[in-house]
Amino acid sequence: MVPLNYFLILAAILFSIGVIGFVMKRNVITMFMSIELMLNSVNLTFVAFSRYIQNLSGQIFVFFVMVIAAAEAAVGLAIIVALYRNRESLNVDEADRMKL
Amino acid sequence: MFNQYFQPNDILIIYPELLLALFAMGVMIIDLFLDRAWKVLNAFTALVGIAYAAYALYRLKSNALNLSGYNHAILNDSFAIYFQFVFLIATALVILISARYLSIEGENRGDYYALILLSLIGMNFMVMGIDLITLYIALELMAVSEYILVGYLRTNRQSNEAAMKFFLLGAFSSGILLYGISLLYGISGSTDLRVIAQRLAERPSHDPIALVAVVTLTAGLLFKIGGVPFHQWLPDAYEGAPSTITTFISVAPKAASFALILRIFIVGLKPLETSWVPVLSVVCVLTMTLGNITAISQSNIKRLLAYSSIAHAGYLLLGLIAGNEYGITGIAIYFLVYAFMNIGIWTLVVAMRRKDLIGDQIQDMAGMIYKNPGAAVLMLVFLLSLAGIPPTAGFIGKYYLFASVIQTHHYVLAVIAVLNAAISLYYYFRVVVVMFMSEKTDEEKMTLSPGVLTSLAVTLVFTLLIGIYPEPFIRFAQNSLSLFQ
Repeated sequence: MVPLNYFLILAAILFSIGVIGFVMKRNVITMFMSIELMLNSVNLTFVAFSRYIQNLSGQIFVFFVMVIAAAEAAVGLAIIVALYRNRESLNVDEADRMKL
Repeated sequence: MFNQYFQPNDILIIYPELLLALFAMGVMIIDLFLDRAWKVLNAFTALVGIAYAAYALYRLKSNALNLSGYNHAILNDSFAIYFQFVFLIATALVILISARYLSIEGENRGDYYALILLSLIGMNFMVMGIDLITLYIALELMAVSEYILVGYLRTNRQSNEAAMKFFLLGAFSSGILLYGISLLYGISGSTDLRVIAQRLAERPSHDPIALVAVVTLTAGLLFKIGGVPFHQWLPDAYEGAPSTITTFISVAPKAASFALILRIFIVGLKPLETSWVPVLSVVCVLTMTLGNITAISQSNIKRLLAYSSIAHAGYLLLGLIAGNEYGITGIAIYFLVYAFMNIGIWTLVVAMRRKDLIGDQIQDMAGMIYKNPGAAVLMLVFLLSLAGIPPTAGFIGKYYLFASVIQTHHYVLAVIAVLNAAISLYYYFRVVVVMFMSEKTDEEKMTLSPGVLTSLAVTLVFTLLIGIYPEPFIRFAQNSLSLFQ
């Protein structure tokens, strides 16, 4: 059996890639994909823990995370489509109507 | 077998939420049969739903207190009931001011009210949940409805932008929060907050994994309340969103997020107190100071109030840092007060939006005392309350929060908080000066719709009443102390 640590380290690496991608990339779709990557690394953590401690809650949680990620994707893409219709660009740096 | 999973109590406890869900669906269906001129009926339907839910909640308060349901996923304690009342009040006030604003913006549809009600359901479950799965789903139900509402003006570029920023950072923060939750689950083997607290207490206090879990959880939750350094989305979302929605998200979801923070930190993470109190103290000081100092230089009233709401989140963190009875009562009473004073001031900002005028610059308020003396005086009362000047309600809230940190000997925090309250006077009074001392720049009439008038009357009465005669409200707020049981 593969030890728990391997899964956790992999999940941590995936999570970090997601965070870095979100912070570094300027395209809305890519940022959105980075968020999905973060959620999936969380799912991996849950499943690994769930199997290791023989408790099913973690796997149930993963189902809910997947469902909510799908709902978020639907809403997020709708927002991105509305944005694109009004400005023809997906670069977040150009979304500067409101200055900080 | 079946009885093992479903108890008769389960349906009873979530009865208010079931009613709200029914009305949310109902509004959308009724909307299909309404002519354009009758769209205001949607607001009525939603208000009736809230009234029913409030009545059901009142019955629950006397009949089914401290019952837990769905296999200990939710707990109907008086903490939850108190916050649910705050949400219901805030949502009802927001619905009152929405109808006229939406018809001016030309987006008067039923799904707006349905989404507000769905968001309300999410908030109700956020305060009832004692299981991380329930809490996460409730948080997302609230947040996803809000993302849509912030971008509700589809053809408005600012609204699109605000929705995009709010959505991206909201989803990002949920991801971070979830990572923390997954680690907590890993070290405790359960998603029940009370079990997590037990297991954490058994572990050594400087456990690295527990520390990572606390840090990620804190970061995710601070995003939701707009604590520095996770506040950048907030001014943009507040400015770009339709003003009525800004009114909504500046009060109810913030209260819900705070209640969630209280539940997680006071119940679940209490054993790790020594590791999160110093972090939160730093965040609290930064949030208060940055919010207040940045607000000084704003020329847009929505942005000014956005920064002021960041500062208020900082004051509220004081109650959590103290973590004693005074602090929790302080947070609870503050949100009741904040619901009235903040919705009052935002109602006036909403009313500034007229046919050809966006009305979100401070300059647009010039000479308001000549155009509409009543509105100018109301604005003054709400600003005084936000600044925390007696005899307005804001003073009571601030008093409790500041006193709580003095009780726990965090004197430096208390001093910084008082200094910040002094800074905030400066920019609140800049608005007052513009209203009372400059000449009016336009002749545009400011007419108030019946909904706006009702909302203003309610908020004014309570802002003054809580300030002058606070005892019954404080006793009401002390319901939230059931958190400690």
